[in-house]
Amino acid sequence: MSNASTAVHGDHHPVDPNVPLEYHEEENSLRIIGFWLFLGQDMILFSSLFATYIVMHGRVAGGPTSQQLFDVTGFTIETIALLFSSFTCGLATYEMRRGHRNAVIGWILVTLALGLVFLGFEVSEFIHDVGLGATLQRSGFLSAFYILVGTHGSHVTVGVLWVMLLIFQLLRRGITPVTARKVFLWSIYWHFLDAVWIFIFTVVYLTGKVI
Amino acid sequence: MHGVVNWAVHFFMLDEGPLIWLSDFLIICASLGIVGVLTKFRLWKWLWDEWLTTVDHKKIGIMYMIAAILMLFRGGTDGLLMRAQLAWPNMHFLSADHYDQIFTTHGTIMILFMAMPAIIGFFNVAVPLQIGCRDVAFPYLNAISFWLFFFAAMLFNLSFVVGGSPDGGWTSYPPYVENQFDPGPGENYYLVALSISGIGTIATGINFLVTILRMRAPGMTFMRMPMFTWSVFVTSVIILFAFPVLTVALGLLLIDRDFGSHFFTVDGGGAPMQYVNLFWFWGHPEVYIVILPIFGLMSEVISTFSHKRIFGYSAMVVSMVAIAILSFVTWVHHFFTMGAGPGVNSFFGVSTMAIAIPTGVKVFNWIFTMHKGRLEFKSAMLWSLGVIPNFLIGGLTGVMLAVPPADYQYHNSYFLIAHFHYTLIGGTVFGVFSGLYYWWPKMFGVLLNEKLGRWHFWTFMIGFNICFFPQFFLGFMGMTRRMYTYPAGYGWGVVNLISTIGAFLMGVGFIIFVYNVLWSARYGERDTTGDPWDGRTLEWATTSPAPHYNFAIIPTVKGRDAWWLMKQSGEPINGPKDVPFRPIHMPNNSGRPFIMSVFFFLMGAGFVFQWWILAIIGFVGVLICMAQRSFEYDDSHYIPVEEIEKTEAAAGRL
Repeated sequence: MSNASTAVHGDHHPVDPNVPLEYHEEENSLRIIGFWLFLGQDMILFSSLFATYIVMHGRVAGGPTSQQLFDVTGFTIETIALLFSSFTCGLATYEMRRGHRNAVIGWILVTLALGLVFLGFEVSEFIHDVGLGATLQRSGFLSAFYILVGTHGSHVTVGVLWVMLLIFQLLRRGITPVTARKVFLWSIYWHFLDAVWIFIFTVVYLTGKVI
Repeated sequence: MHGVVNWAVHFFMLDEGPLIWLSDFLIICASLGIVGVLTKFRLWKWLWDEWLTTVDHKKIGIMYMIAAILMLFRGGTDGLLMRAQLAWPNMHFLSADHYDQIFTTHGTIMILFMAMPAIIGFFNVAVPLQIGCRDVAFPYLNAISFWLFFFAAMLFNLSFVVGGSPDGGWTSYPPYVENQFDPGPGENYYLVALSISGIGTIATGINFLVTILRMRAPGMTFMRMPMFTWSVFVTSVIILFAFPVLTVALGLLLIDRDFGSHFFTVDGGGAPMQYVNLFWFWGHPEVYIVILPIFGLMSEVISTFSHKRIFGYSAMVVSMVAIAILSFVTWVHHFFTMGAGPGVNSFFGVSTMAIAIPTGVKVFNWIFTMHKGRLEFKSAMLWSLGVIPNFLIGGLTGVMLAVPPADYQYHNSYFLIAHFHYTLIGGTVFGVFSGLYYWWPKMFGVLLNEKLGRWHFWTFMIGFNICFFPQFFLGFMGMTRRMYTYPAGYGWGVVNLISTIGAFLMGVGFIIFVYNVLWSARYGERDTTGDPWDGRTLEWATTSPAPHYNFAIIPTVKGRDAWWLMKQSGEPINGPKDVPFRPIHMPNNSGRPFIMSVFFFLMGAGFVFQWWILAIIGFVGVLICMAQRSFEYDDSHYIPVEEIEKTEAAAGRL
């Protein structure tokens, strides 16, 4: 950061060593707040999908019900993979704060692998269900199921693609306030998807297996 | 060959009659005219460098306003066509199909492509200047918001001449708009265009929240912010909570239409009312999104032209927050007739009526602001004053509609039409004109003509009342909305004729406004001071138009009405003499927001016509643009001190 005024985003404040690297520049700190607000609106988006799913749950139109369809082993493995990936993602942030670039990349790669395991099981679950005739077009319940779970899955896919770009940037530039901010934003996105999955696990899969 | 010709004739709607041919002709003439002028005067580079790639909030604001005025013309033309059709019983000027399409595009364009960009345009024009900062928090994202809106509006307008307009009303209720009953691209246009512009709107909401939260000038605490900035803050919160719900409603309906799912169909376990709930969970807050910023700018205008500080500042803030909260618990009043039962209907009736309380507080505060003030009846003031009685009529009839048993009588009648036009025109459109007259010098450095402004106000205001007041009675007489013609003998003919005359008078008012803009551009008084109204807030502290960086030195705020206080104490805007200028950090221009929005447009067209290859090309293009942005590290520059000194010297501020 040069001595010149960072005037677009207010005046330059001296760096507090206790503040994490990603907050060091005013502009980065603005982007982090903006991203939290983005996650806020994403939460509303998922809430609307959840509300719609709950309304549609019983509307099976003579087709398969959630009790018949959901496979306990499959969604348990998905859940474990995603929850663990949130933990490894946290380790990546921890290493980032300690300035260990290669450890950051390593934990990101582990997170990425767990994310791909999750996606693999989700896709195979969908293919399996469709093979049984449980398609998006079959009933209101299945439309709501595929779109709610699929929206989460496509979010995870975006997270996977996004972090691949970040690995290149980390390799080229190391840990700077800017790359640290990028990794941090990706990590809160990833944790957010984990939180959404906990609701899907509870509201869709567990509840759907019982009623 | 014959088959291709037939397809093309149908696709471009050449078999639909003279209205389409005329539109085609006008579109071709206008496009050729624009291309011709740009080429003849060698303006292509200027257009790209200065406008299409800009990330400057002031220029983006101007583009929003221009787009909003163009869309007001398009939506207004739709309105006049409808009024011409309804002027007398048994008219067949428009066919039922065309009438359906026109009332749909009228409503959609007026709300989403006229009111929204006008409001967001004012966000851009005023907020960064009012809070004393140099741009919004995310200037690049701001450009994306604008271009997404722009290309969504283009896509939507294209429907008139390519493939057919949507015809399910601006609310687009299923099951009627499902493929089974309403095939063709029309409704897809609606769903796709609104989704794309909705993404831009959410981004705007986030952008202005962060801007206001984090970028206020030193000393500007929350309770010292100008009232307009407060209203933008509250509105941005509403946007953040409401728009994702619209995205979901539209997205699910589009999936129904494009991929055959059963969210809102009548068969296959669909739940059409779920759409209606989702739609109005966005839709009711939406009407506050387009009115709260108007309340904010009215507070500025009335305070400025009364030469008094706003009366009851804290009450104004609290009432806006109260309106924002209440706006999320009233949505069911749009469909009391669904039959949710007395308990539910009573709750939503009461919550709706409760909104009248904070709104009443605001009206009284405006009146008390004027009390014992030194009133100056400039055009901006006239428009703001016009809001008070007209919006009051809209508000009071809204309370009438909020009584569930009575609503069964008024529901979907012309009484409702008159009610919401009194709020949306008598509130939003009047307010937009007020804001245009008020901030025009700040946007363009030129004052609009006051005499023409008064003519504009009185013709439009009188025309508006002649047009819509009789419609309350048409509602009582049993005329329902969306009917394309009616038989003689109900006594509706004369009343409708009066209403139509009023509508055309509003058209005359609009023409006077356009003439005023053109006249003032050439002969209008130049604003050399930057403060033509003896203003109170910081946007009047800088030149008109403001320099690229807004303020050479960020002002320190000592209280409410910061600029007024500075003028009182004789303090210059650039602070004491010995404060040196420093280089100013500004974001670079970028063509990517424009290009990315073109890809969004292509993807949207793919979803409209189910041309999946086009949709994939558009989608991949969007992803590539986003990835490129991720690798962009060098996206800002410094304005050197010499340049700032030169600009400031030219403005007489050294």
